[in-house]
Amino acid sequence: MSQTLSNPPLVSRGVAPVTRLAPVALPGPRLGLGLPALLLLAFGVVPQLGGEYWLGAILVPFLILSLAGLGLNLLTGYAGQTSLGSGGFMAVGAFATFGFVVHGGLPLPLAIFLAGLVTAGAGLVFGLPSDRIKGFYLMVSSLAAQFFFEWLFQKFPWFYNYGSSGTITLPRLELFGFDIGSAQGRYYVTLSTVVLLTWIAVSLTRSQIGRNWMAVRDMDTAAAVIGIPVYRSKVVAFAVSSFYLGIAGALWAFLYLGSASVQSFGISRSFQVLFIIIIGGMGSIAGNFIGAAFISLLPLAIDHIAQGFFAGHVDAGLLQNIQKAIFGLLIIGFLIKEPDGLARLLRTLGERLSNWPLRF
Amino acid sequence: MTHFHTARRTAAGLVRALSLAAGLLAAVSSAALAVDTTPGPDSDKQFLPIASFRVGPYAGAGVQIWAGRIDYYRYLNEVEGGINGVKIVWQECETEWTAEKGIECYERFKHGLNGAPVAVYLPNGAPAAYALTDRAAEDKLALITLAYGRTEATDGRVFPYIFPVMLTFYSEASVFINYVAQREGGLDKLKGKKIATVYHDSAYGRETLEPLALLAKTYGFENIQIPVPDPGNEQSSQWRQVREAKPDWVFLRTWGVSTPVAIKTAARFGVPVDHIVGDVWASSEEDVLPAGEAAKGYLALTPYPGGTGFDIHQRLKKYIVDTGKSDLRDTSKFGSVYYNSGLVDAVITTEVVRTAQQKFGNRPITGEEGQWALEHLRLDNARLKENGFYGLVQQVQLTPADHEGGGAARVQQWDGTKWTPVSDWVQADRALLRPLIDAKSDAYAKEKGITPRDLGAEQ
Repeated sequence: MSQTLSNPPLVSRGVAPVTRLAPVALPGPRLGLGLPALLLLAFGVVPQLGGEYWLGAILVPFLILSLAGLGLNLLTGYAGQTSLGSGGFMAVGAFATFGFVVHGGLPLPLAIFLAGLVTAGAGLVFGLPSDRIKGFYLMVSSLAAQFFFEWLFQKFPWFYNYGSSGTITLPRLELFGFDIGSAQGRYYVTLSTVVLLTWIAVSLTRSQIGRNWMAVRDMDTAAAVIGIPVYRSKVVAFAVSSFYLGIAGALWAFLYLGSASVQSFGISRSFQVLFIIIIGGMGSIAGNFIGAAFISLLPLAIDHIAQGFFAGHVDAGLLQNIQKAIFGLLIIGFLIKEPDGLARLLRTLGERLSNWPLRF
Repeated sequence: MTHFHTARRTAAGLVRALSLAAGLLAAVSSAALAVDTTPGPDSDKQFLPIASFRVGPYAGAGVQIWAGRIDYYRYLNEVEGGINGVKIVWQECETEWTAEKGIECYERFKHGLNGAPVAVYLPNGAPAAYALTDRAAEDKLALITLAYGRTEATDGRVFPYIFPVMLTFYSEASVFINYVAQREGGLDKLKGKKIATVYHDSAYGRETLEPLALLAKTYGFENIQIPVPDPGNEQSSQWRQVREAKPDWVFLRTWGVSTPVAIKTAARFGVPVDHIVGDVWASSEEDVLPAGEAAKGYLALTPYPGGTGFDIHQRLKKYIVDTGKSDLRDTSKFGSVYYNSGLVDAVITTEVVRTAQQKFGNRPITGEEGQWALEHLRLDNARLKENGFYGLVQQVQLTPADHEGGGAARVQQWDGTKWTPVSDWVQADRALLRPLIDAKSDAYAKEKGITPRDLGAEQ
């Protein structure tokens, strides 16, 4: 847009000088050992301790939902563009992966990567209106993406290879000749993908692109004035976010469910991903993991507790509905306590703990 | 967020090293073994898990299904002393009729309950049944999808662990057409008739597209297909389409809230209700009561008719319902179609255990033994009279090649207060549809890289 109004030499010299001269220095690294320890735990310890149930039925979906949350958070939390099309983009990823494997005969990792690119393309197209529409109106246009993809993958049998039931499923899962069909195999592949993509996302948000996104999010007029290509930033955000959602959709369909249909990626999935980032924290990477844990693990924990204590004493239907109510109350409670999400809540708690016992 | 910065290089290195290790580990642990039962104090009991849905749009049906199952298990435990002396234990897990929760429940239950092994597993929901196809085969635990699920699973060569017992959707379509032929005066009278199908646009609903196309080609009727998107609480455009087509018969393949909406909307558009035939999942009291007057005269086919006139109901009434032990909160639902479907689910699971016990001894049955028993399950009228299910359950005989073993349903009519059977068991033309099923299962085997079992060599 109005590039000339900004400070051209500074911008044209690229990222590094801008970082050095940035008025707000990025906080230096803390917790130097925290991340390696976490990774060691996730890669080394958890698969040995966790049984098939934990790995295959709890941790894999948790990780994939975190990834989907991450995808939407890049768009909504960092670039400030609202979207209710997450489920639709996940469906694109799943169906494109299926298409590349079944129609194209490609190996799974390549198929998933290409499916991510296809989804990025789809996201780019549905991001085009963001030039003119904002906020809730943009959310409605992204809703169109959701319904369009649901319709598309049901309407044309080519997408599900003319199966009788409209479901897609892949042959035995293999990665470089190894069978990854077991719970452990699926866990490792999902975890590696999520770690890699999270690392890329962290780098992205700290790069020029990410800073542009945040500038656009905070005030797009001001961003335009200092020479940030607002429209391009938005469209790139849609593409990158959709890439992540597409990968998440492919993993959800083939590494978690095993077979999927359009119903697996309905509007409720879009809401689920949106709730993950609202509860976890907008504009926070760790928030996606916390939000996904809250959404996917907490209801299970409540259920296990309820089954353990009340099954047989309380009417089973009532018990299920009470669980839903408790879950809802917890969401409301946490959001009242900290509207910026659980990530923020935990950070505040950490800061207060570090000053303990002086101030707690 | 910031600590990622320093650890970037370390992280990348770790990822590389560990994914290699992951590959190796996965390769080692991939050998398929039957699922083990976790040891526990209940190892002398039989675990029959219940994957239930008591919340969500389909809860109204669910509460009665689970009551039927629990009441029958309770009756067997308290009156007959279990299955040949082996007590039954059960536990519920909420699936909300979704695939992901269904998987979680399956994984939670497959290792048994306090040492009691799982004999067979009922996913109770199409999305979960599809998603569990591979896992069940890996774990060697048989899935029963009674009157729903993947039709080509009838072919036991390709699907050794899936059992669409009694009635598949293909058979259901054929039963419907044969019933229409009965009403019209013969299969030759179908020529030139218009038959519309209004279906729930999901895996479940789409399953009859192909058999109806084949039947239309065979008998020369006009085949009109109209999808209703999930959940189907607004169907004006669909029924406007029906009215414009003026069909002779309408086959209603909806489920949950979409059925009463369909019946009411049909009435609003002047489609005669006594020429609408609901399918298995549109054949209960819950499907017609909310539609009120509009449902009077509505027809529905079902493999488990409603009513309390069967022998098993007298036994349950005496020992369970009248003693206040029933799982039904509203005992007026006793003998409803869904309650009876729960009884039928329950009796299939316990008859499988009995069949297995004849071969393996009177003890709790494991998943692998349950699969053998399902492939040799035989319920003739003598046995059905003995266990009290005569008239409620059709005769079934399964084989390793044929996992359906029945293929009949009765048509019942709603008079505003209760269902009355208006036909005897109408048999599907399974021979006509079997090549279609074989083609499907062969295509599935090819797509998935499965080598079909050689049943001749197994004998």
